[in-house]
Amino acid sequence: MKTPQSIEEFMAQALAMEREAAQRYEEIADAMEMHNNREVAQLFRTMAGYEAKHAEAIMDEMNWVDAPGVPPGAWPAVESPEMIPGDAVHYLMHPWHALELALAAEQRAEAFFAELARTASDESVRRAAIGLRDEEAEHVAMVKQWMAKVPKPSSDWANDPDPPRYNE
Amino acid sequence: MNDMTQPHALGAAQYKSGTKPIWCPGCGDFSVLSSVTKALAMLQLPPHDVAVVSGIGCSSRIPAYTSCYGFHGVHGRSLAAATGLKVARPELTVLVTGGDGDGYSIGGNHFLHACRRNVDLTYIVMDNHVYGMTKGQASPTTEPDWDNKLSPGGTGVRAFHPLVIALAAGANFVARAFSGDPNGTAEIIAQGIRHPGFSFIEILSPCVTFRPEQREWKTLAHPASVQATDDAARAARRIMTDDGFNIGVLYAGNRPAYPLMSGQVARPAAELEAEFLL
Repeated sequence: MKTPQSIEEFMAQALAMEREAAQRYEEIADAMEMHNNREVAQLFRTMAGYEAKHAEAIMDEMNWVDAPGVPPGAWPAVESPEMIPGDAVHYLMHPWHALELALAAEQRAEAFFAELARTASDESVRRAAIGLRDEEAEHVAMVKQWMAKVPKPSSDWANDPDPPRYNE
Repeated sequence: MNDMTQPHALGAAQYKSGTKPIWCPGCGDFSVLSSVTKALAMLQLPPHDVAVVSGIGCSSRIPAYTSCYGFHGVHGRSLAAATGLKVARPELTVLVTGGDGDGYSIGGNHFLHACRRNVDLTYIVMDNHVYGMTKGQASPTTEPDWDNKLSPGGTGVRAFHPLVIALAAGANFVARAFSGDPNGTAEIIAQGIRHPGFSFIEILSPCVTFRPEQREWKTLAHPASVQATDDAARAARRIMTDDGFNIGVLYAGNRPAYPLMSGQVARPAAELEAEFLL
Protein backbone atom coordinates (compact mmCIF):
# COMPACT_ATOMS: atom_id res chain seq x y z
CA MET A 1 0.00 0.00 0.00
CA LYS A 2 1.28 3.46 -0.92
CA THR A 3 1.42 6.03 1.88
CA PRO A 4 0.05 9.45 0.92
CA GLN A 5 2.75 12.10 0.72
CA SER A 6 0.60 15.18 1.25
CA ILE A 7 -2.55 16.17 3.07
CA GLU A 8 -4.34 16.52 -0.30
CA GLU A 9 -3.48 12.94 -1.26
CA PHE A 10 -4.54 11.72 2.15
CA MET A 11 -7.88 13.52 2.09
CA ALA A 12 -8.50 12.30 -1.45
CA GLN A 13 -8.13 8.78 -0.10
CA ALA A 14 -10.42 9.50 2.83
CA LEU A 15 -12.99 10.98 0.45
CA ALA A 16 -12.84 7.99 -1.88
CA MET A 17 -13.32 5.66 1.08
CA GLU A 18 -16.48 7.44 2.19
CA ARG A 19 -17.88 7.73 -1.32
CA GLU A 20 -17.22 4.13 -2.25
CA ALA A 21 -18.68 2.92 1.03
CA ALA A 22 -21.80 5.04 0.43
CA GLN A 23 -22.11 3.72 -3.12
CA ARG A 24 -21.91 0.09 -1.96
CA TYR A 25 -24.50 0.69 0.78
CA GLU A 26 -26.81 2.29 -1.78
CA GLU A 27 -26.38 -0.62 -4.19
CA ILE A 28 -27.23 -3.12 -1.52
CA ALA A 29 -30.14 -1.04 -0.23
CA ASP A 30 -31.54 -1.03 -3.77
CA ALA A 31 -31.11 -4.81 -4.02
CA MET A 32 -32.81 -5.35 -0.67
CA GLU A 33 -35.74 -3.14 -1.67
CA MET A 34 -36.05 -5.10 -4.89
CA HIS A 35 -36.25 -8.30 -2.82
CA ASN A 36 -38.75 -6.74 -0.40
CA ASN A 37 -36.40 -6.82 2.58
CA ARG A 38 -37.40 -3.30 3.53
CA GLU A 39 -36.05 -3.20 7.05
CA VAL A 40 -32.53 -4.07 5.95
CA ALA A 41 -32.84 -1.80 2.93
CA GLN A 42 -33.66 1.11 5.21
CA LEU A 43 -30.71 0.31 7.45
CA PHE A 44 -28.29 0.22 4.52
CA ARG A 45 -29.82 3.44 3.19
CA THR A 46 -29.18 5.07 6.57
CA MET A 47 -25.57 3.89 6.53
CA ALA A 48 -25.17 5.25 3.00
CA GLY A 49 -26.46 8.61 4.24
CA TYR A 50 -23.88 8.71 7.03
CA GLU A 51 -21.03 7.92 4.64
CA ALA A 52 -22.27 10.51 2.14
CA LYS A 53 -22.32 13.15 4.89
CA HIS A 54 -18.75 12.29 5.83
CA ALA A 55 -17.78 12.68 2.18
CA GLU A 56 -19.50 16.06 1.99
CA ALA A 57 -17.67 17.19 5.11
CA ILE A 58 -14.33 16.33 3.50
CA MET A 59 -15.25 18.20 0.32
CA ASP A 60 -16.15 21.26 2.40
CA GLU A 61 -13.04 21.02 4.55
CA MET A 62 -10.80 20.84 1.49
CA ASN A 63 -12.78 23.40 -0.52
CA TRP A 64 -12.99 20.95 -3.37
CA VAL A 65 -15.50 21.43 -6.16
CA ASP A 66 -14.58 18.25 -8.04
CA ALA A 67 -13.44 15.16 -6.23
CA PRO A 68 -9.87 14.13 -7.00
CA GLY A 69 -9.16 10.46 -7.74
CA VAL A 70 -6.81 8.16 -5.92
CA PRO A 71 -3.69 6.57 -7.40
CA PRO A 72 -3.36 2.80 -7.92
CA GLY A 73 -2.24 0.91 -4.85
CA ALA A 74 -4.00 3.24 -2.42
CA TRP A 75 -5.72 0.42 -0.53
CA PRO A 76 -4.37 -2.54 1.38
CA ALA A 77 -6.86 -4.78 -0.49
CA VAL A 78 -8.62 -4.57 -3.87
CA GLU A 79 -11.45 -2.46 -2.46
CA SER A 80 -11.32 0.52 -0.13
CA PRO A 81 -11.46 -0.53 3.53
CA GLU A 82 -14.85 0.88 4.47
CA MET A 83 -16.80 -0.92 1.74
CA ILE A 84 -18.77 -3.91 2.86
CA PRO A 85 -18.08 -6.92 0.63
CA GLY A 86 -20.63 -7.04 -2.16
CA ASP A 87 -20.98 -10.81 -1.92
CA ALA A 88 -21.55 -10.91 1.84
CA VAL A 89 -25.25 -10.13 1.72
CA HIS A 90 -28.32 -12.35 1.49
CA TYR A 91 -31.84 -11.49 0.48
CA LEU A 92 -33.18 -12.79 3.79
CA MET A 93 -30.56 -11.17 6.00
CA HIS A 94 -31.63 -9.40 9.19
CA PRO A 95 -30.68 -5.94 10.47
CA TRP A 96 -28.27 -7.64 12.87
CA HIS A 97 -26.34 -9.10 9.90
CA ALA A 98 -26.26 -5.70 8.23
CA LEU A 99 -24.86 -4.13 11.36
CA GLU A 100 -22.32 -6.92 11.67
CA LEU A 101 -21.06 -6.02 8.18
CA ALA A 102 -21.08 -2.31 9.00
CA LEU A 103 -19.12 -2.96 12.19
CA ALA A 104 -16.44 -4.89 10.29
CA ALA A 105 -16.23 -2.05 7.74
CA GLU A 106 -15.77 0.59 10.44
CA GLN A 107 -13.13 -1.56 12.11
CA ARG A 108 -11.24 -1.89 8.83
CA ALA A 109 -11.40 1.88 8.38
CA GLU A 110 -10.09 2.42 11.91
CA ALA A 111 -7.23 0.00 11.31
CA PHE A 112 -6.45 1.67 7.97
CA PHE A 113 -6.10 5.12 9.51
CA ALA A 114 -4.21 3.73 12.50
CA GLU A 115 -1.68 2.19 10.12
CA LEU A 116 -1.30 5.50 8.25
CA ALA A 117 -0.91 7.35 11.56
CA ARG A 118 1.90 4.93 12.38
CA THR A 119 3.70 5.03 9.03
CA ALA A 120 3.09 8.50 7.52
CA SER A 121 6.25 10.51 7.04
CA ASP A 122 4.41 13.81 6.52
CA GLU A 123 3.39 15.35 9.84
CA SER A 124 0.13 16.86 8.55
CA VAL A 125 -0.88 13.45 7.15
CA ARG A 126 -0.02 11.77 10.43
CA ARG A 127 -2.13 14.23 12.44
CA ALA A 128 -5.07 13.93 10.07
CA ALA A 129 -4.82 10.12 10.15
CA ILE A 130 -4.96 10.17 13.95
CA GLY A 131 -8.07 12.36 13.77
CA LEU A 132 -9.85 10.05 11.34
CA ARG A 133 -8.73 6.97 13.25
CA ASP A 134 -10.41 8.37 16.35
CA GLU A 135 -13.57 9.22 14.38
CA GLU A 136 -13.74 5.69 13.04
CA ALA A 137 -13.27 4.34 16.55
CA GLU A 138 -16.33 6.36 17.59
CA HIS A 139 -18.27 4.85 14.70
CA VAL A 140 -17.22 1.37 15.82
CA ALA A 141 -18.55 2.09 19.30
CA MET A 142 -21.81 3.49 17.86
CA VAL A 143 -22.44 0.43 15.68
CA LYS A 144 -21.74 -1.83 18.65
CA GLN A 145 -24.33 0.07 20.69
CA TRP A 146 -26.79 -0.22 17.83
CA MET A 147 -26.20 -3.96 17.53
CA ALA A 148 -26.91 -4.40 21.22
CA LYS A 149 -30.44 -3.11 20.62
CA VAL A 150 -31.16 -5.38 17.65
CA PRO A 151 -32.22 -8.99 18.14
CA LYS A 152 -29.74 -11.59 16.97
CA PRO A 153 -31.43 -13.81 14.37
CA SER A 154 -32.15 -17.47 15.01
CA SER A 155 -29.97 -20.05 13.29
CA ASP A 156 -32.63 -20.80 10.64
CA TRP A 157 -32.87 -17.20 9.41
CA ALA A 158 -31.95 -18.17 5.84
CA ASN A 159 -34.65 -20.83 5.50
CA ASP A 160 -36.95 -19.99 2.63
CA PRO A 161 -40.05 -22.15 2.13
CA ASP A 162 -39.95 -21.22 -1.56
CA PRO A 163 -36.23 -21.07 -2.37
CA PRO A 164 -34.92 -19.80 -5.71
CA ARG A 165 -32.75 -22.87 -6.24
CA TYR A 166 -34.13 -26.34 -6.71
CA ASN A 167 -30.89 -28.09 -7.45
CA GLU A 168 -29.80 -28.95 -3.92
CA MET B 1 -6.74 5.27 -12.66
CA ASN B 2 -8.04 8.78 -12.23
CA ASP B 3 -5.57 11.56 -12.64
CA MET B 4 -5.43 13.52 -9.40
CA THR B 5 -4.78 16.79 -11.17
CA GLN B 6 -7.60 16.54 -13.72
CA PRO B 7 -11.01 16.53 -12.08
CA HIS B 8 -13.64 14.77 -14.14
CA ALA B 9 -16.67 16.60 -15.44
CA LEU B 10 -18.58 13.32 -15.69
CA GLY B 11 -18.63 11.02 -12.67
CA ALA B 12 -19.45 7.32 -12.70
CA ALA B 13 -22.89 8.03 -11.21
CA GLN B 14 -23.83 9.99 -14.31
CA TYR B 15 -23.60 6.83 -16.41
CA LYS B 16 -26.18 5.06 -14.24
CA SER B 17 -29.89 5.22 -14.97
CA GLY B 18 -32.59 5.47 -12.34
CA THR B 19 -33.61 1.87 -12.95
CA LYS B 20 -32.68 -0.37 -10.03
CA PRO B 21 -31.03 -3.70 -10.80
CA ILE B 22 -33.08 -6.77 -9.97
CA TRP B 23 -30.06 -9.02 -9.48
CA CYS B 24 -29.82 -11.14 -6.36
CA PRO B 25 -28.12 -9.36 -3.46
CA GLY B 26 -24.46 -10.33 -3.56
CA CYS B 27 -24.38 -10.91 -7.35
CA GLY B 28 -21.06 -10.04 -8.98
CA ASP B 29 -22.87 -8.15 -11.73
CA PHE B 30 -23.43 -5.18 -9.40
CA SER B 31 -19.68 -4.64 -9.34
CA VAL B 32 -19.40 -5.07 -13.10
CA LEU B 33 -22.03 -2.37 -13.62
CA SER B 34 -20.03 -0.15 -11.31
CA SER B 35 -16.84 -0.93 -13.27
CA VAL B 36 -18.49 -0.13 -16.61
CA THR B 37 -19.65 3.27 -15.34
CA LYS B 38 -16.24 3.97 -13.79
CA ALA B 39 -14.51 3.09 -17.06
CA LEU B 40 -16.78 5.42 -19.03
CA ALA B 41 -16.04 8.18 -16.50
CA MET B 42 -12.31 7.56 -16.84
CA LEU B 43 -12.64 8.04 -20.60
CA GLN B 44 -15.06 10.96 -20.21
CA LEU B 45 -17.26 9.61 -22.97
CA PRO B 46 -20.56 11.49 -23.19
CA PRO B 47 -23.38 8.99 -22.47
CA HIS B 48 -25.07 9.88 -25.77
CA ASP B 49 -21.95 8.74 -27.63
CA VAL B 50 -22.03 5.28 -26.05
CA ALA B 51 -24.32 2.35 -26.81
CA VAL B 52 -24.60 -0.75 -24.64
CA VAL B 53 -25.95 -3.78 -26.48
CA SER B 54 -26.88 -7.07 -24.84
CA GLY B 55 -28.62 -10.40 -25.35
CA ILE B 56 -30.62 -12.29 -22.76
CA GLY B 57 -29.75 -13.32 -19.23
CA CYS B 58 -29.17 -11.76 -15.82
CA SER B 59 -26.09 -9.83 -16.95
CA SER B 60 -27.77 -8.79 -20.19
CA ARG B 61 -29.96 -6.44 -18.19
CA ILE B 62 -27.09 -3.97 -17.95
CA PRO B 63 -28.22 -1.60 -20.76
CA ALA B 64 -31.28 -0.62 -18.72
CA TYR B 65 -29.08 0.31 -15.79
CA THR B 66 -26.94 2.78 -17.72
CA SER B 67 -27.77 6.25 -18.99
CA CYS B 68 -26.20 5.44 -22.38
CA TYR B 69 -28.12 4.28 -25.41
CA GLY B 70 -29.04 0.64 -24.98
CA PHE B 71 -30.37 -2.31 -26.92
CA HIS B 72 -31.55 -5.38 -25.00
CA GLY B 73 -31.68 -7.78 -27.88
CA VAL B 74 -32.35 -11.37 -28.78
CA HIS B 75 -30.67 -14.28 -26.99
CA GLY B 76 -27.14 -14.78 -28.29
CA ARG B 77 -27.46 -12.10 -30.96
CA SER B 78 -25.98 -9.13 -29.15
CA LEU B 79 -22.78 -9.21 -31.21
CA ALA B 80 -24.70 -9.27 -34.47
CA ALA B 81 -26.75 -6.22 -33.44
CA ALA B 82 -23.68 -4.44 -32.09
CA THR B 83 -21.71 -5.10 -35.27
CA GLY B 84 -24.47 -3.57 -37.34
CA LEU B 85 -24.64 -0.57 -35.06
CA LYS B 86 -20.90 0.05 -35.07
CA VAL B 87 -20.62 -0.28 -38.85
CA ALA B 88 -23.55 2.08 -39.36
CA ARG B 89 -22.48 4.55 -36.64
CA PRO B 90 -18.68 4.25 -36.34
CA GLU B 91 -18.48 7.36 -34.18
CA LEU B 92 -20.26 5.60 -31.32
CA THR B 93 -18.44 3.65 -28.62
CA VAL B 94 -20.21 0.31 -28.59
CA LEU B 95 -20.06 -1.98 -25.58
CA VAL B 96 -21.56 -5.44 -25.74
CA THR B 97 -22.52 -7.13 -22.49
CA GLY B 98 -23.81 -10.56 -21.60
CA GLY B 99 -23.21 -13.83 -19.88
CA ASP B 100 -21.54 -17.14 -20.62
CA GLY B 101 -24.72 -18.86 -21.78
CA ASP B 102 -25.76 -16.03 -24.06
CA GLY B 103 -22.28 -15.50 -25.48
CA TYR B 104 -20.71 -18.92 -25.67
CA SER B 105 -23.68 -21.20 -26.28
CA ILE B 106 -26.63 -19.53 -27.96
CA GLY B 107 -24.35 -16.85 -29.38
CA GLY B 108 -21.27 -19.01 -29.81
CA ASN B 109 -21.08 -18.73 -33.56
CA HIS B 110 -21.51 -14.97 -33.47
CA PHE B 111 -18.69 -14.84 -30.91
CA LEU B 112 -16.27 -16.61 -33.26
CA HIS B 113 -17.06 -14.39 -36.21
CA ALA B 114 -17.08 -11.17 -34.20
CA CYS B 115 -13.53 -12.01 -33.12
CA ARG B 116 -12.60 -12.78 -36.71
CA ARG B 117 -14.11 -9.59 -38.14
CA ASN B 118 -12.38 -7.44 -35.55
CA VAL B 119 -14.94 -4.64 -35.59
CA ASP B 120 -14.10 -2.02 -32.96
CA LEU B 121 -16.36 -3.34 -30.17
CA THR B 122 -15.74 -4.08 -26.52
CA TYR B 123 -17.36 -7.36 -25.52
CA ILE B 124 -17.80 -7.84 -21.77
CA VAL B 125 -18.85 -11.30 -20.69
CA MET B 126 -19.88 -11.82 -17.08
CA ASP B 127 -19.03 -15.48 -16.64
CA ASN B 128 -20.54 -17.33 -13.67
CA HIS B 129 -20.42 -20.80 -15.21
CA VAL B 130 -24.19 -21.23 -14.94
CA TYR B 131 -27.51 -20.17 -16.45
CA GLY B 132 -28.77 -18.07 -13.54
CA MET B 133 -31.91 -16.52 -14.98
CA THR B 134 -33.40 -19.92 -15.86
CA LYS B 135 -32.50 -21.35 -12.46
CA GLY B 136 -29.18 -23.05 -12.57
CA GLN B 137 -28.54 -25.17 -15.65
CA ALA B 138 -24.97 -25.98 -16.70
CA SER B 139 -23.52 -23.52 -19.20
CA PRO B 140 -20.63 -23.93 -21.67
CA THR B 141 -18.11 -22.89 -19.01
CA THR B 142 -19.52 -25.08 -16.23
CA GLU B 143 -17.03 -27.54 -14.83
CA PRO B 144 -17.73 -31.08 -16.15
CA ASP B 145 -18.13 -32.50 -12.63
CA TRP B 146 -20.51 -29.84 -11.25
CA ASP B 147 -23.21 -31.98 -9.72
CA ASN B 148 -26.83 -30.83 -9.51
CA LYS B 149 -30.29 -32.20 -10.07
CA LEU B 150 -30.36 -31.10 -13.68
CA SER B 151 -27.05 -32.75 -14.50
CA PRO B 152 -26.50 -35.46 -11.87
CA GLY B 153 -22.82 -36.21 -11.45
CA GLY B 154 -22.00 -33.31 -13.74
CA THR B 155 -22.36 -33.01 -17.48
CA GLY B 156 -19.05 -34.76 -18.09
CA VAL B 157 -18.51 -32.30 -20.92
CA ARG B 158 -15.27 -30.36 -21.17
CA ALA B 159 -15.67 -26.67 -20.34
CA PHE B 160 -15.40 -24.10 -23.12
CA HIS B 161 -12.24 -21.96 -22.92
CA PRO B 162 -13.43 -18.53 -24.10
CA LEU B 163 -10.14 -16.66 -23.91
CA VAL B 164 -8.14 -19.00 -26.08
CA ILE B 165 -11.06 -19.36 -28.49
CA ALA B 166 -11.24 -15.57 -28.78
CA LEU B 167 -7.52 -15.39 -29.40
CA ALA B 168 -7.55 -18.13 -32.02
CA ALA B 169 -10.53 -16.54 -33.76
CA GLY B 170 -8.80 -13.17 -34.05
CA ALA B 171 -9.83 -10.94 -31.15
CA ASN B 172 -7.42 -8.03 -30.93
CA PHE B 173 -7.52 -7.62 -27.14
CA VAL B 174 -8.08 -10.41 -24.65
CA ALA B 175 -8.35 -9.87 -20.91
CA ARG B 176 -9.68 -11.54 -17.79
CA ALA B 177 -11.08 -9.55 -14.87
CA PHE B 178 -12.77 -10.32 -11.57
CA SER B 179 -15.89 -8.57 -10.28
CA GLY B 180 -14.45 -8.55 -6.77
CA ASP B 181 -11.98 -5.92 -7.94
CA PRO B 182 -14.24 -3.24 -9.45
CA ASN B 183 -11.49 -0.63 -9.79
CA GLY B 184 -9.11 -3.03 -11.51
CA THR B 185 -11.95 -4.21 -13.74
CA ALA B 186 -12.80 -0.61 -14.66
CA GLU B 187 -9.20 -0.06 -15.69
CA ILE B 188 -9.26 -3.15 -17.91
CA ILE B 189 -12.58 -2.12 -19.49
CA ALA B 190 -11.17 1.35 -20.22
CA GLN B 191 -8.13 -0.25 -21.85
CA GLY B 192 -10.39 -2.50 -23.90
CA ILE B 193 -12.44 0.46 -25.11
CA ARG B 194 -9.29 2.38 -26.06
CA HIS B 195 -7.77 -0.56 -27.93
CA PRO B 196 -8.78 -0.65 -31.59
CA GLY B 197 -10.62 -3.66 -32.95
CA PHE B 198 -12.53 -6.35 -31.11
CA SER B 199 -11.76 -6.33 -27.40
CA PHE B 200 -12.87 -9.33 -25.41
CA ILE B 201 -13.05 -9.05 -21.62
CA GLU B 202 -14.06 -12.10 -19.64
CA ILE B 203 -15.15 -11.07 -16.13
CA LEU B 204 -15.45 -13.75 -13.48
CA SER B 205 -18.68 -12.68 -11.80
CA PRO B 206 -19.97 -15.05 -9.11
CA CYS B 207 -23.57 -16.26 -9.03
CA VAL B 208 -24.22 -16.34 -5.28
CA THR B 209 -27.60 -18.04 -5.71
CA PHE B 210 -26.86 -21.04 -7.89
CA ARG B 211 -23.09 -21.24 -7.42
CA PRO B 212 -22.54 -19.94 -3.86
CA GLU B 213 -19.18 -21.71 -3.76
CA GLN B 214 -17.95 -19.07 -6.25
CA ARG B 215 -17.63 -16.67 -3.31
CA GLU B 216 -14.26 -18.41 -2.93
CA TRP B 217 -13.09 -16.86 -6.21
CA LYS B 218 -11.94 -13.85 -4.25
CA THR B 219 -9.29 -16.03 -2.65
CA LEU B 220 -8.22 -17.44 -6.01
CA ALA B 221 -8.11 -14.38 -8.29
CA HIS B 222 -4.66 -12.87 -8.62
CA PRO B 223 -3.00 -10.32 -10.91
CA ALA B 224 -1.25 -11.71 -13.98
CA SER B 225 2.45 -11.85 -13.28
CA VAL B 226 3.41 -10.87 -16.83
CA GLN B 227 2.61 -7.92 -19.07
CA ALA B 228 0.25 -8.22 -22.02
CA THR B 229 1.91 -9.57 -25.12
CA ASP B 230 1.20 -8.89 -28.79
CA ASP B 231 2.45 -12.37 -29.68
CA ALA B 232 -0.67 -14.51 -30.11
CA ALA B 233 1.22 -17.80 -29.81
CA ARG B 234 2.79 -16.76 -26.52
CA ALA B 235 -0.56 -15.46 -25.23
CA ALA B 236 -2.25 -18.74 -26.20
CA ARG B 237 0.35 -20.75 -24.33
CA ARG B 238 -0.08 -18.60 -21.22
CA ILE B 239 -3.86 -18.72 -21.34
CA MET B 240 -3.95 -22.48 -21.91
CA THR B 241 -1.66 -23.15 -18.99
CA ASP B 242 -2.80 -20.61 -16.39
CA ASP B 243 -5.09 -21.45 -13.48
CA GLY B 244 -8.12 -19.62 -14.83
CA PHE B 245 -7.82 -16.87 -12.22
CA ASN B 246 -5.00 -14.89 -13.81
CA ILE B 247 -6.36 -11.32 -13.91
CA GLY B 248 -5.22 -8.69 -16.38
CA VAL B 249 -4.74 -7.92 -20.04
CA LEU B 250 -3.37 -11.12 -21.54
CA TYR B 251 -3.13 -10.15 -25.20
CA ALA B 252 -3.09 -6.79 -26.99
CA GLY B 253 -2.65 -7.27 -30.70
CA ASN B 254 -1.91 -4.94 -33.58
CA ARG B 255 -4.40 -6.16 -36.14
CA PRO B 256 -6.19 -3.24 -37.79
CA ALA B 257 -9.86 -2.93 -36.93
CA TYR B 258 -12.44 -3.86 -39.54
CA PRO B 259 -12.13 -1.20 -42.25
CA LEU B 260 -15.56 0.28 -42.16
CA MET B 261 -15.47 1.77 -45.61
CA SER B 262 -12.42 0.07 -47.20
CA GLY B 263 -11.74 3.26 -49.10
CA GLN B 264 -15.21 3.28 -50.63
CA VAL B 265 -17.28 6.40 -50.59
CA ALA B 266 -20.28 6.25 -48.27
CA ARG B 267 -23.51 5.96 -50.23
CA PRO B 268 -26.91 7.18 -49.05
CA ALA B 269 -29.10 4.49 -47.52
CA ALA B 270 -31.85 5.13 -50.08
CA GLU B 271 -29.42 4.41 -52.92
CA LEU B 272 -28.30 1.17 -51.33
CA GLU B 273 -31.88 0.19 -50.59
CA ALA B 274 -32.77 0.62 -54.27
CA GLU B 275 -30.30 -2.12 -55.20
CA PHE B 276 -32.19 -4.59 -53.05
CA LEU B 277 -35.69 -3.93 -54.37
CA LEU B 278 -37.34 -7.09 -55.58
